[in-house]
Amino acid sequence: MFGSNLWAQAYTPKVDVVKFDWYEKLIQLNNDTTYVVNFWATWCMPCVAELPYFEQLQQHYQTQKVKVYLVSLDFIKNKDQKLIPFLTKQKIKSEVVLFNEPDYNAWIDKINPAWSGALPATVIFNTKCKQHTFFENETTFKILDSITSNYISK
Amino acid sequence: MKQTLLVFLALMTTTLFMSFAPDEKGEQVGYKPGDKAMNFTLKNIDGKMVSLSDYASSKGVLVVFTCNHCPYSVAYENRIIELHKKYSAKGYPVVAINPNDAEAYPADSYQNMIERAQEKNFLFAYLHDESQQIAKTYGATRTPHVYLLTQKNKQFTVAYVGAIDDNSNEEENVHKKYVQDAISDLEAGRSIATPFTKAIGCSIKWKK
Repeated sequence: MFGSNLWAQAYTPKVDVVKFDWYEKLIQLNNDTTYVVNFWATWCMPCVAELPYFEQLQQHYQTQKVKVYLVSLDFIKNKDQKLIPFLTKQKIKSEVVLFNEPDYNAWIDKINPAWSGALPATVIFNTKCKQHTFFENETTFKILDSITSNYISK
Repeated sequence: MKQTLLVFLALMTTTLFMSFAPDEKGEQVGYKPGDKAMNFTLKNIDGKMVSLSDYASSKGVLVVFTCNHCPYSVAYENRIIELHKKYSAKGYPVVAINPNDAEAYPADSYQNMIERAQEKNFLFAYLHDESQQIAKTYGATRTPHVYLLTQKNKQFTVAYVGAIDDNSNEEENVHKKYVQDAISDLEAGRSIATPFTKAIGCSIKWKK
Protein backbone atom coordinates (compact mmCIF):
# COMPACT_ATOMS: atom_id res chain seq x y z
CA MET A 1 0.00 0.00 0.00
CA PHE A 2 2.92 2.27 0.87
CA GLY A 3 4.09 2.67 -2.72
CA SER A 4 0.72 2.71 -4.45
CA ASN A 5 0.49 6.49 -4.83
CA LEU A 6 4.01 6.75 -6.12
CA TRP A 7 3.26 3.96 -8.52
CA ALA A 8 0.11 5.66 -9.78
CA GLN A 9 1.99 8.86 -10.44
CA ALA A 10 4.73 7.13 -12.34
CA TYR A 11 2.32 4.93 -14.24
CA THR A 12 2.37 5.36 -17.98
CA PRO A 13 0.31 2.81 -19.82
CA LYS A 14 1.96 0.82 -22.54
CA VAL A 15 -0.13 0.45 -25.67
CA ASP A 16 1.02 -1.81 -28.48
CA VAL A 17 -0.19 -0.88 -31.94
CA VAL A 18 -1.39 -4.07 -33.57
CA LYS A 19 -2.80 -5.31 -36.86
CA PHE A 20 -5.42 -7.98 -37.52
CA ASP A 21 -2.86 -10.78 -37.27
CA TRP A 22 -2.64 -10.02 -33.55
CA TYR A 23 -6.24 -11.18 -33.16
CA GLU A 24 -5.74 -14.12 -35.51
CA LYS A 25 -2.82 -15.35 -33.43
CA LEU A 26 -4.77 -14.87 -30.21
CA ILE A 27 -7.74 -16.88 -31.41
CA GLN A 28 -5.46 -19.66 -32.65
CA LEU A 29 -3.64 -20.08 -29.34
CA ASN A 30 -4.62 -23.52 -28.26
CA ASN A 31 -4.56 -23.00 -24.53
CA ASP A 32 -7.05 -23.11 -21.68
CA THR A 33 -7.15 -19.37 -21.03
CA THR A 34 -10.46 -17.56 -21.38
CA TYR A 35 -9.93 -14.41 -23.42
CA VAL A 36 -12.22 -11.43 -23.05
CA VAL A 37 -11.68 -9.04 -25.96
CA ASN A 38 -13.53 -5.74 -25.85
CA PHE A 39 -13.56 -3.44 -28.88
CA TRP A 40 -13.91 0.17 -27.75
CA ALA A 41 -12.70 3.73 -28.26
CA THR A 42 -12.15 6.71 -25.98
CA TRP A 43 -14.79 8.76 -27.86
CA CYS A 44 -17.46 6.06 -27.49
CA MET A 45 -19.51 6.97 -24.42
CA PRO A 46 -21.19 3.58 -23.88
CA CYS A 47 -17.77 1.93 -24.27
CA VAL A 48 -16.19 4.14 -21.64
CA ALA A 49 -19.14 3.55 -19.33
CA GLU A 50 -18.60 -0.21 -19.34
CA LEU A 51 -14.78 -0.24 -19.05
CA PRO A 52 -14.96 -0.57 -15.24
CA TYR A 53 -16.75 -3.92 -15.68
CA PHE A 54 -13.86 -5.28 -17.73
CA GLU A 55 -11.40 -3.94 -15.17
CA GLN A 56 -13.43 -5.57 -12.42
CA LEU A 57 -13.50 -8.84 -14.35
CA GLN A 58 -9.71 -8.92 -14.79
CA GLN A 59 -9.30 -8.12 -11.10
CA HIS A 60 -11.84 -10.76 -10.08
CA TYR A 61 -10.05 -13.50 -12.04
CA GLN A 62 -6.48 -12.36 -11.54
CA THR A 63 -5.39 -15.72 -10.14
CA GLN A 64 -7.16 -17.67 -12.87
CA LYS A 65 -6.59 -18.17 -16.56
CA VAL A 66 -8.59 -15.18 -17.70
CA LYS A 67 -7.11 -12.43 -19.85
CA VAL A 68 -8.89 -9.19 -20.69
CA TYR A 69 -7.80 -7.21 -23.74
CA LEU A 70 -9.18 -3.75 -24.34
CA VAL A 71 -8.83 -3.28 -28.09
CA SER A 72 -8.94 0.43 -28.86
CA LEU A 73 -10.21 1.58 -32.24
CA ASP A 74 -9.06 5.13 -31.64
CA PHE A 75 -7.37 6.70 -34.62
CA ILE A 76 -3.62 6.11 -34.55
CA LYS A 77 -2.99 9.87 -34.66
CA ASN A 78 -4.83 10.17 -31.31
CA LYS A 79 -2.74 7.57 -29.49
CA ASP A 80 -0.48 9.95 -27.57
CA GLN A 81 -2.85 12.92 -27.25
CA LYS A 82 -6.05 11.09 -26.31
CA LEU A 83 -5.68 7.37 -25.64
CA ILE A 84 -2.63 7.38 -23.34
CA PRO A 85 -3.85 10.34 -21.23
CA PHE A 86 -7.27 8.68 -20.94
CA LEU A 87 -5.77 5.39 -19.73
CA THR A 88 -3.53 7.24 -17.30
CA LYS A 89 -6.36 9.30 -15.89
CA GLN A 90 -8.70 6.31 -15.57
CA LYS A 91 -5.83 4.15 -14.19
CA ILE A 92 -6.75 1.34 -16.58
CA LYS A 93 -4.90 -1.81 -15.61
CA SER A 94 -6.12 -4.28 -18.22
CA GLU A 95 -3.92 -4.71 -21.26
CA VAL A 96 -4.76 -2.22 -24.02
CA VAL A 97 -3.80 -2.53 -27.66
CA LEU A 98 -4.56 -0.08 -30.46
CA PHE A 99 -6.03 -1.87 -33.47
CA ASN A 100 -4.66 0.00 -36.44
CA GLU A 101 -6.66 -1.54 -39.28
CA PRO A 102 -8.53 1.25 -41.07
CA ASP A 103 -9.99 -0.98 -43.82
CA TYR A 104 -12.80 -2.10 -41.52
CA ASN A 105 -14.77 -4.02 -44.11
CA ALA A 106 -11.80 -6.33 -44.59
CA TRP A 107 -11.90 -7.74 -41.06
CA ILE A 108 -15.17 -7.06 -39.19
CA ASP A 109 -16.77 -10.27 -40.49
CA LYS A 110 -13.68 -12.21 -39.44
CA ILE A 111 -14.22 -11.13 -35.84
CA ASN A 112 -17.86 -12.16 -36.12
CA PRO A 113 -20.34 -12.04 -39.03
CA ALA A 114 -23.01 -10.76 -36.63
CA TRP A 115 -21.03 -7.59 -35.96
CA SER A 116 -22.37 -4.55 -37.83
CA GLY A 117 -19.34 -2.48 -36.85
CA ALA A 118 -20.97 -0.45 -34.08
CA LEU A 119 -19.03 -0.03 -30.84
CA PRO A 120 -18.83 -1.42 -28.24
CA ALA A 121 -18.51 -5.08 -29.17
CA THR A 122 -17.09 -7.97 -27.16
CA VAL A 123 -15.77 -11.44 -27.89
CA ILE A 124 -15.25 -14.00 -25.13
CA PHE A 125 -13.62 -17.27 -26.08
CA ASN A 126 -11.83 -20.29 -24.78
CA THR A 127 -10.29 -22.42 -27.51
CA LYS A 128 -9.69 -25.41 -25.26
CA CYS A 129 -13.36 -25.86 -24.39
CA LYS A 130 -14.42 -24.57 -27.84
CA GLN A 131 -16.55 -21.78 -26.43
CA HIS A 132 -17.16 -18.49 -28.16
CA THR A 133 -19.55 -15.63 -27.45
CA PHE A 134 -19.92 -12.39 -29.37
CA PHE A 135 -22.17 -9.46 -28.59
CA GLU A 136 -22.54 -5.98 -30.03
CA ASN A 137 -24.06 -3.92 -27.28
CA GLU A 138 -23.42 -2.65 -23.81
CA THR A 139 -22.73 -5.18 -21.11
CA THR A 140 -22.54 -5.46 -17.35
CA PHE A 141 -20.18 -7.14 -14.90
CA LYS A 142 -22.81 -9.80 -14.22
CA ILE A 143 -23.05 -10.79 -17.87
CA LEU A 144 -19.27 -10.84 -18.33
CA ASP A 145 -18.79 -12.77 -15.13
CA SER A 146 -21.48 -15.33 -15.91
CA ILE A 147 -20.00 -16.14 -19.32
CA THR A 148 -16.41 -16.17 -18.04
CA SER A 149 -17.14 -18.34 -15.01
CA ASN A 150 -19.06 -20.72 -17.22
CA TYR A 151 -16.07 -21.08 -19.58
CA ILE A 152 -13.44 -21.59 -16.91
CA SER A 153 -15.54 -24.25 -15.20
CA LYS A 154 -15.78 -26.37 -18.38
CA MET B 1 -17.17 -26.16 -0.32
CA LYS B 2 -16.85 -22.47 -1.10
CA GLN B 3 -15.56 -23.37 -4.55
CA THR B 4 -18.55 -25.61 -5.23
CA LEU B 5 -20.94 -22.93 -4.11
CA LEU B 6 -19.27 -20.38 -6.37
CA VAL B 7 -19.47 -22.67 -9.35
CA PHE B 8 -23.09 -23.33 -8.60
CA LEU B 9 -23.83 -19.61 -8.33
CA ALA B 10 -21.92 -18.94 -11.52
CA LEU B 11 -23.94 -21.55 -13.38
CA MET B 12 -27.14 -20.12 -11.99
CA THR B 13 -26.26 -16.62 -13.14
CA THR B 14 -25.17 -18.01 -16.51
CA THR B 15 -28.58 -19.54 -16.98
CA LEU B 16 -30.23 -16.32 -15.88
CA PHE B 17 -28.18 -13.94 -17.94
CA MET B 18 -27.40 -15.94 -21.05
CA SER B 19 -30.96 -15.46 -22.15
CA PHE B 20 -30.27 -11.72 -22.39
CA ALA B 21 -27.16 -12.17 -24.51
CA PRO B 22 -27.86 -11.44 -28.18
CA ASP B 23 -28.19 -14.20 -30.69
CA GLU B 24 -24.73 -15.07 -31.94
CA LYS B 25 -26.04 -15.72 -35.43
CA GLY B 26 -28.05 -12.48 -35.19
CA GLU B 27 -29.93 -12.06 -38.44
CA GLN B 28 -29.25 -8.92 -40.45
CA VAL B 29 -32.18 -6.65 -39.71
CA GLY B 30 -33.30 -3.81 -41.93
CA TYR B 31 -32.68 -3.22 -45.62
CA LYS B 32 -30.37 -5.23 -47.83
CA PRO B 33 -29.42 -4.35 -51.41
CA GLY B 34 -32.42 -5.12 -53.60
CA ASP B 35 -35.05 -4.25 -50.97
CA LYS B 36 -37.71 -1.63 -51.60
CA ALA B 37 -37.18 1.46 -49.43
CA MET B 38 -40.09 2.88 -47.49
CA ASN B 39 -41.04 6.54 -47.87
CA PHE B 40 -40.32 8.82 -44.90
CA THR B 41 -41.22 12.34 -43.88
CA LEU B 42 -38.90 14.05 -41.42
CA LYS B 43 -38.16 17.57 -40.26
CA ASN B 44 -35.30 19.34 -42.00
CA ILE B 45 -32.99 21.88 -40.36
CA ASP B 46 -34.99 24.69 -42.03
CA GLY B 47 -38.11 23.59 -40.16
CA LYS B 48 -39.80 22.18 -43.28
CA MET B 49 -40.81 18.57 -43.69
CA VAL B 50 -38.91 16.56 -46.29
CA SER B 51 -40.04 13.24 -47.76
CA LEU B 52 -38.16 10.68 -49.75
CA SER B 53 -40.97 10.97 -52.30
CA ASP B 54 -39.93 14.62 -52.86
CA TYR B 55 -36.98 13.15 -54.77
CA ALA B 56 -39.16 11.22 -57.21
CA SER B 57 -37.53 12.99 -60.17
CA SER B 58 -33.99 12.03 -59.08
CA LYS B 59 -32.23 8.93 -60.31
CA GLY B 60 -31.68 8.09 -56.70
CA VAL B 61 -30.81 9.37 -53.24
CA LEU B 62 -27.81 8.85 -51.01
CA VAL B 63 -29.30 8.45 -47.54
CA VAL B 64 -26.61 8.96 -44.88
CA PHE B 65 -27.39 8.22 -41.24
CA THR B 66 -25.01 10.52 -39.41
CA CYS B 67 -24.86 12.92 -36.49
CA ASN B 68 -22.92 15.80 -34.96
CA HIS B 69 -20.97 14.22 -32.12
CA CYS B 70 -19.47 11.05 -33.57
CA PRO B 71 -15.79 11.38 -34.57
CA TYR B 72 -16.39 9.08 -37.55
CA SER B 73 -19.24 11.27 -38.74
CA VAL B 74 -17.08 14.35 -38.27
CA ALA B 75 -14.23 12.67 -40.16
CA TYR B 76 -16.62 12.07 -43.06
CA GLU B 77 -18.40 15.46 -43.07
CA ASN B 78 -16.29 16.99 -45.82
CA ARG B 79 -16.57 13.84 -47.91
CA ILE B 80 -20.37 13.87 -47.52
CA ILE B 81 -20.42 17.51 -48.65
CA GLU B 82 -18.25 16.59 -51.66
CA LEU B 83 -20.43 13.59 -52.52
CA HIS B 84 -23.47 15.87 -52.61
CA LYS B 85 -21.67 18.44 -54.78
CA LYS B 86 -20.50 15.81 -57.21
CA TYR B 87 -23.56 13.58 -57.38
CA SER B 88 -26.58 15.82 -56.88
CA ALA B 89 -25.84 17.16 -60.37
CA LYS B 90 -25.79 13.59 -61.63
CA GLY B 91 -29.12 12.78 -59.99
CA TYR B 92 -28.06 11.34 -56.63
CA PRO B 93 -28.41 14.04 -53.93
CA VAL B 94 -27.46 13.40 -50.32
CA VAL B 95 -30.16 13.20 -47.66
CA ALA B 96 -28.54 13.11 -44.22
CA ILE B 97 -30.53 11.79 -41.26
CA ASN B 98 -29.61 12.13 -37.59
CA PRO B 99 -31.26 9.32 -35.59
CA ASN B 100 -29.52 9.80 -32.23
CA ASP B 101 -31.34 10.29 -28.96
CA ALA B 102 -30.61 13.91 -28.07
CA GLU B 103 -31.09 13.17 -24.39
CA ALA B 104 -28.17 10.77 -24.46
CA TYR B 105 -26.12 13.00 -26.75
CA PRO B 106 -27.10 16.67 -26.35
CA ALA B 107 -24.65 17.49 -29.16
CA ASP B 108 -27.05 15.70 -31.50
CA SER B 109 -30.09 17.84 -30.67
CA TYR B 110 -32.15 19.44 -33.43
CA GLN B 111 -30.80 22.88 -32.50
CA ASN B 112 -27.23 21.63 -32.73
CA MET B 113 -27.99 20.04 -36.11
CA ILE B 114 -29.02 23.47 -37.36
CA GLU B 115 -25.82 25.02 -36.03
CA ARG B 116 -23.59 22.31 -37.43
CA ALA B 117 -25.22 22.55 -40.85
CA GLN B 118 -24.67 26.32 -40.88
CA GLU B 119 -21.03 26.00 -39.78
CA LYS B 120 -20.31 23.45 -42.49
CA ASN B 121 -22.66 25.01 -45.03
CA PHE B 122 -24.58 21.81 -45.75
CA LEU B 123 -26.30 22.14 -49.12
CA PHE B 124 -28.29 18.95 -48.59
CA ALA B 125 -31.23 18.07 -46.35
CA TYR B 126 -30.24 17.19 -42.78
CA LEU B 127 -33.25 15.52 -41.23
CA HIS B 128 -34.10 14.71 -37.65
CA ASP B 129 -35.34 11.14 -37.11
CA GLU B 130 -36.67 11.97 -33.70
CA SER B 131 -38.74 8.80 -33.28
CA GLN B 132 -35.81 6.73 -34.63
CA GLN B 133 -38.31 4.76 -36.72
CA ILE B 134 -36.57 5.39 -40.03
CA ALA B 135 -33.17 4.27 -38.72
CA LYS B 136 -34.85 1.15 -37.31
CA THR B 137 -36.71 0.41 -40.54
CA TYR B 138 -33.58 0.86 -42.63
CA GLY B 139 -31.52 -1.17 -40.15
CA ALA B 140 -28.95 1.54 -39.47
CA THR B 141 -26.80 0.62 -36.48
CA ARG B 142 -24.00 3.16 -36.57
CA THR B 143 -22.99 6.57 -37.83
CA PRO B 144 -22.14 7.11 -40.59
CA HIS B 145 -24.19 4.38 -42.28
CA VAL B 146 -25.05 4.87 -45.95
CA TYR B 147 -27.97 3.61 -48.06
CA LEU B 148 -27.72 4.37 -51.77
CA LEU B 149 -31.21 4.22 -53.27
CA THR B 150 -32.28 4.17 -56.89
CA GLN B 151 -35.62 5.44 -58.10
CA LYS B 152 -37.83 3.96 -60.79
CA ASN B 153 -41.51 4.81 -61.27
CA LYS B 154 -41.42 6.64 -57.92
CA GLN B 155 -40.33 3.47 -56.13
CA PHE B 156 -37.00 3.64 -54.30
CA THR B 157 -34.88 0.51 -54.15
CA VAL B 158 -31.76 -0.10 -52.05
CA ALA B 159 -28.68 -0.45 -54.26
CA TYR B 160 -25.83 -0.23 -51.75
CA VAL B 161 -25.54 -0.41 -47.95
CA GLY B 162 -22.47 0.39 -45.90
CA ALA B 163 -19.49 2.69 -45.64
CA ILE B 164 -18.55 5.66 -47.81
CA ASP B 165 -15.03 4.34 -48.42
CA ASP B 166 -12.37 2.17 -46.81
CA ASN B 167 -10.59 4.72 -44.61
CA SER B 168 -12.55 6.95 -42.29
CA ASN B 169 -9.58 8.61 -40.65
CA GLU B 170 -7.16 9.28 -43.49
CA GLU B 171 -8.87 10.38 -46.65
CA GLU B 172 -5.52 10.43 -48.45
CA ASN B 173 -5.20 6.69 -47.84
CA VAL B 174 -8.58 5.70 -49.27
CA HIS B 175 -8.23 2.89 -51.79
CA LYS B 176 -11.84 1.85 -52.31
CA LYS B 177 -14.53 4.50 -52.77
CA TYR B 178 -17.53 2.25 -52.22
CA VAL B 179 -20.27 4.84 -52.79
CA GLN B 180 -18.68 6.43 -55.85
CA ASP B 181 -17.90 3.01 -57.34
CA ALA B 182 -21.51 1.93 -56.74
CA ILE B 183 -22.84 5.01 -58.55
CA SER B 184 -20.37 4.42 -61.41
CA ASP B 185 -21.64 0.87 -61.71
CA LEU B 186 -25.24 2.11 -61.78
CA GLU B 187 -24.42 4.74 -64.39
CA ALA B 188 -22.69 2.17 -66.55
CA GLY B 189 -25.68 -0.17 -66.25
CA ARG B 190 -23.60 -2.80 -64.44
CA SER B 191 -24.60 -4.64 -61.31
CA ILE B 192 -22.84 -3.13 -58.29
CA ALA B 193 -19.60 -4.99 -57.63
CA THR B 194 -19.61 -4.31 -53.87
CA PRO B 195 -23.22 -3.76 -52.77
CA PHE B 196 -22.61 -4.19 -49.02
CA THR B 197 -19.77 -3.22 -46.69
CA LYS B 198 -19.24 -2.88 -42.96
CA ALA B 199 -17.39 -0.24 -40.99
CA ILE B 200 -16.58 0.72 -37.45
CA GLY B 201 -18.82 3.55 -36.33
CA CYS B 202 -20.55 5.08 -33.34
CA SER B 203 -23.47 2.94 -32.32
CA ILE B 204 -26.76 4.76 -32.73
CA LYS B 205 -27.99 5.76 -29.30
CA TRP B 206 -31.49 4.31 -29.02
CA LYS B 207 -34.05 5.79 -26.69
CA LYS B 208 -34.59 3.74 -23.56
